[in-house]
Amino acid sequence: MPQNETIQDLGLDEYKYHFITEDEPVFRSGRGLNEKVVREISAQKEEPEWMLNFRLKALEIYNSKPMPTWGGDLSNLEDVLDEIYFYVRPQDKMEHSWDDVPPNIKETFERLGIPEAEQKILAGVGAQYESEMVYHSLKKEWDDKGVIFDSIEDGLKNHPELFREHFGTVIPSADNKFSAMNSAVWSGGSFVYIPKGVELDTPLQAYFRVNQEQMGQFERTLIIADEGSKAHYIEGCTAPVYSTESFHSGVIEIVVKPGAHFRYTTIQNWSTNMYNLVTQRAMVHENATMEWLDGNLGSKLTMKYPSTYLVGEGAHGSVLSIAYSGDGQHQDTGGKVIHAAPNTTSQIVSKSISKGTGRSTYRGLCQVHEGAVGSKSNVECDALLINDTSRTDTYPYIEIEEKKSNIGHEATVSKVGDEQLFYLMSRGMDEEEAMALIVRGFIEPIAKLLPLEYAVELNRLIELEMEGSVG
Amino acid sequence: MSDTSILKIHNLHAKVADEDIEILHGVDLELKKGEIHAIMGPNGSGKSTLAKILAGHPGYEATDGEVTYQGEDLLEQEPDERSQNGVFFAFQYPVEIPGVSIANFLRTALQSRLGEDEELDLFEYQDQLLSNMELLDMDPSFAERPVNDGFSGGEKKRNEILQMAMLDPTLAIMDETDSGLDIDALQVVARGVNTLAERNPDMSVLIITHYQRLLQFIEPDHVHVMVKGKIVQSGGPEVAHALEAEGYEQYKVAEV
Repeated sequence: MPQNETIQDLGLDEYKYHFITEDEPVFRSGRGLNEKVVREISAQKEEPEWMLNFRLKALEIYNSKPMPTWGGDLSNLEDVLDEIYFYVRPQDKMEHSWDDVPPNIKETFERLGIPEAEQKILAGVGAQYESEMVYHSLKKEWDDKGVIFDSIEDGLKNHPELFREHFGTVIPSADNKFSAMNSAVWSGGSFVYIPKGVELDTPLQAYFRVNQEQMGQFERTLIIADEGSKAHYIEGCTAPVYSTESFHSGVIEIVVKPGAHFRYTTIQNWSTNMYNLVTQRAMVHENATMEWLDGNLGSKLTMKYPSTYLVGEGAHGSVLSIAYSGDGQHQDTGGKVIHAAPNTTSQIVSKSISKGTGRSTYRGLCQVHEGAVGSKSNVECDALLINDTSRTDTYPYIEIEEKKSNIGHEATVSKVGDEQLFYLMSRGMDEEEAMALIVRGFIEPIAKLLPLEYAVELNRLIELEMEGSVG
Repeated sequence: MSDTSILKIHNLHAKVADEDIEILHGVDLELKKGEIHAIMGPNGSGKSTLAKILAGHPGYEATDGEVTYQGEDLLEQEPDERSQNGVFFAFQYPVEIPGVSIANFLRTALQSRLGEDEELDLFEYQDQLLSNMELLDMDPSFAERPVNDGFSGGEKKRNEILQMAMLDPTLAIMDETDSGLDIDALQVVARGVNTLAERNPDMSVLIITHYQRLLQFIEPDHVHVMVKGKIVQSGGPEVAHALEAEGYEQYKVAEV
């Protein structure tokens, strides 16, 4: 996009911004991150004192930690962080006009066949939403079962004890620099509680919650799946997410209590100017199961390694991930699993596709603590390279302190072969169709686990991405 | 059988794309509508190169001569255009496409034959797939398996025949379809080709093979013997029978 179009097309026009919201004062923190900003955020949200103190402590930790030097290239990040606003009150963001959304994003929505109402939500410009009715009927069903599915802010207000008991316990602020940042300035995200023994057939979908806090830069989600419950939470969407921001740092904490079964699905397709640094972790208790299904398609750089701490005997965890890196993109993703109890099992399956100058990195950790006898883990990562300029790396870390355990690791790298292309072309497909079919086949083992509409969108998206991949 | 020419090869010279050694030294051949031809030859005779040139394999290059398919220059067409124009190429070594079911693969192939605004009728497609599988005596579950992934040699060849049945070609080129098959699998493949030729008597077939045994089950109208990049003898089925009795030695001697 030419430089002179950027401001207008991205809806960043400051004057217009203020003009539209004239009768409703806009609260916006100043640029950069400091104590004043943190205090303002907390005051705006009318938080209890313990939360303010939690945030301030996190800020201290953030300032004391150096930028990570591993993973993706973060050398320009300091400049980005100096420029961004760490808090914009959510409803103000809604004031973008549909007309401001760049034509190329709209066109992609059209080609994906997403209804216009949904397109507006995805573009961050929607206010009302057709599926609100769907949401309301589901909400009643959830309410009847005692399920809580709220914004994180409402969770703190309405369920203070449950909230405080679990918040920050799975991912302490000091875990890493970005979890500290998020802990200081978090805003938006979900609070979910599934009561004992409750099983939900319909996935909890973040975009049903019609406010765009979900799109927040510093989303914070806390999920508690109580004993014997079963549920599936879906965040994001395969459609490209239009954002004027260039930095996203979320923290997702999940507690899976004994015998519970929880699946968390993320599909991120941020625009390619985005740094996406997310910490996701689940604490999995006795005989409970946690499944991460993680799709990373967009962003400039993503660093995300969904983690599973198997702390109760017989706990099971799995991470299934797909990464797609196009020109100039780097997906540094993988998974972590910690076996801290006997007879725990885990599986990591990671598939990446790199196209053009795209780079995909698998970075994983499998740790077996002493005493975690009879634990089993299997790691499999497969990389597919589309062009000669594409790149992939694998960093599997394995730390085993318990001899009576069984850990397997397998990695493959393949390049889309000329013979494969020729075979498909000799059946009448053109080169792009052939490429898309090969890629779809490659991700099929994971795509088939997605709800149908997501799988369909994912496939369509891959087709779009494969256009222009040849020649 | 009419006199309409389907494929006409004239003075074809060809080589491996990134080498300078000529393999075909002027091949002439004509197939008419509904005819079944067989090209036989020893290893290294160039018969597989001829098949790959006709299919448009990027690893091979025609350096001289012409190939006319239904009045058009075949060598100018990309592999997908050739397919869309009715040429089917059965691979000697069918390629694995993990994660893509045969049904999905064939649906994509048929969809690619339609215009951009046309959607394949999925119910019709399903009927077509099932009836073809029934015709070829295949279990419907076969179509759910990923293309050639973990297939035995025989299953791969059956898959080629199923594709041929679905794409219903004007000209089918069978590149050593019989290699590596036991006698049962060979009969299955031959029966498939015969069934399809019966269903569509206008289909022309070019069978490329080293061994005479496939021709025990598929009766060709014409048999050509290729040695060292040239067709050295053409005739009726009796040529194949003679080859079985005497082998390729006679041609090698004759050449000296």
